[in-house]
Amino acid sequence: MQAFDPTALRGDLASARFEPGPTDDKLILSMGPQHPSTHGVLRIMLELDGEYILRAEPVLGYIHRMHEWMAEQKTYMQFMPNMGRVDYLHAMAWNWAYAGAVERLMGVEVPKRAEYIRVAVTELNRISSHLLWWGAYLLDLGAFTPIMYAFDDREIILDILQAVTGSRLTYSYFTIGGVYGDVPADFASRCLAFTRHLRSRLPMYRDLVTDNVILRGRCEDIGVMDVELARRYGATGPCIRGSGAPVDTRRAEPYGVYNRFDFRIPAYTEGDAMARYMVRMDELVTSCDIIDQAVQGLPEGPIQAKVGKTVKPPKGEACYAVEGARGKIIIHVRSDGGPKPYRVKLRAPGFSNLSVFCDLARGTLLADAVSILGSLDLVIPEIDR
Amino acid sequence: MSVSQLIEEAYTGLKSLVIGLGVTGKALTQPGVTVLYPMEEVERDNLVTYRGHVELIGKDEDPAVPRCVACGACVKACPSNCITILCPVAAKEGEEAGPVKMGPAPQKGSKTPGEFIVDFSLCSLCGQCAKTCPVDSLQFSDNPYMVSFDRKDFRIDLLARLRRMARDEAVAGE
Ligand code: SF4
Ligand code: SF4
Repeated sequence: MQAFDPTALRGDLASARFEPGPTDDKLILSMGPQHPSTHGVLRIMLELDGEYILRAEPVLGYIHRMHEWMAEQKTYMQFMPNMGRVDYLHAMAWNWAYAGAVERLMGVEVPKRAEYIRVAVTELNRISSHLLWWGAYLLDLGAFTPIMYAFDDREIILDILQAVTGSRLTYSYFTIGGVYGDVPADFASRCLAFTRHLRSRLPMYRDLVTDNVILRGRCEDIGVMDVELARRYGATGPCIRGSGAPVDTRRAEPYGVYNRFDFRIPAYTEGDAMARYMVRMDELVTSCDIIDQAVQGLPEGPIQAKVGKTVKPPKGEACYAVEGARGKIIIHVRSDGGPKPYRVKLRAPGFSNLSVFCDLARGTLLADAVSILGSLDLVIPEIDR
Repeated sequence: MSVSQLIEEAYTGLKSLVIGLGVTGKALTQPGVTVLYPMEEVERDNLVTYRGHVELIGKDEDPAVPRCVACGACVKACPSNCITILCPVAAKEGEEAGPVKMGPAPQKGSKTPGEFIVDFSLCSLCGQCAKTCPVDSLQFSDNPYMVSFDRKDFRIDLLARLRRMARDEAVAGE
């Protein structure tokens, strides 16, 4: 029988660049899930010295589903259900980015009522995404209870959105030139009741978690990202707003009817995990404000612009940017005049946000890396696409 | 670390703990929000907006016969190829009428589907089929309780389902 020789163990392509040695303190760790069929599969190769991280490298592609290629095989409308699967937490923003790109290509004007409905459902979806992030992040940090409170509130949103779209998670609600169906009569009152409810819950969130000493200890001064670093990597959304740059696509390049609403864009200058946390907590209020204005000013009228049965944009290309819960989503559509897109490029904000991790993790403790990773709010299906 | 700092730290830690326990205690006294599934079920009004698999809508005058005109538009619109519609193929001229062959809709001279099957295991519940149907013959059912050990059970014969539902309705109406 051969003796067990640990040096003979070979890893894969990603681990090949991480060699053990020269000292005994150096440890190579593959941090991540064990099986490719689990959801949100992110693997990180770490080179550790004791408990300190020397080098970190994310390994991507475990749930790559060829969304961009699929777009080339389907007609324009048939690709819409895919958008709910790219980022399953903020499906509405992706719906919007794709519908918007095709509408821009075709020069379709969306009716006002549809625009307002789009704003309301997208913001509801953003709140549900942030709530889930909040619960899951604290779960990462070892606090179990908060996710129960978050899901309690999130369930109300899912019920409202189910009444509108028929789905609870992977929405496919937008159409080219409008929305799939009209909202029920009690939509506005349910939304207002929800925003009132959420606002009354926020002090409890603050008492339970935000002001908690353990959370503060695990988030403050952890993973400090200065604004230059964020810019260099193209980090967007709450990540860059936590670094002091109040850039938000809803304000910077207003799409839809966002320029009609009055809302505050939260920004913090510290750049640490706590700042990103605070930005998201404040964004819950921002979204509530927008929803209130959108459902109160919901105009009457059609919800679908006149678009032919087969969507056939003219030759050309168009680009559309939307502020998702994780940052700037851009979809670029190129048409060759046929019934199927020639090429669709999806720009996922999570990809850029994850790239910053290599820089942020260097020199930190392993336990802090988990906190940093969580504070970036990664949705892996969106990163892998 | 000086003694006063230690005391201060202990104080803030304890305060956090007490506040946290207060929140938990308050939640403990409130009624539960979870539905304990096999014992309880979600209320009906929450399910009417739920999208189950697609189903056919019967004609107003005869609920056992679908409105469908076997045009095949939904088959083409579906992104996941879940729908199969078969219609009798018209016999060519000069050919003697043998056993009826079935072909994919649309078939010339056939205005009702001979077979209408949806593979729910592929469906992405996008609603494209219901949206394209020219005669509004498709809608979503609201049955969330679909469990099976066999993938074949999710190939649903919608014509049989429609007949069964019409019969049940007739029985209930009597
Ligand atoms: S809902 Fe979508 S995926 Fe399902 S059968 Fe209809 S078109 Fe196909
Ligand atoms: S689109 Fe409607 S009418 Fe045409 S085959 Fe499908 S269900 Fe029947």
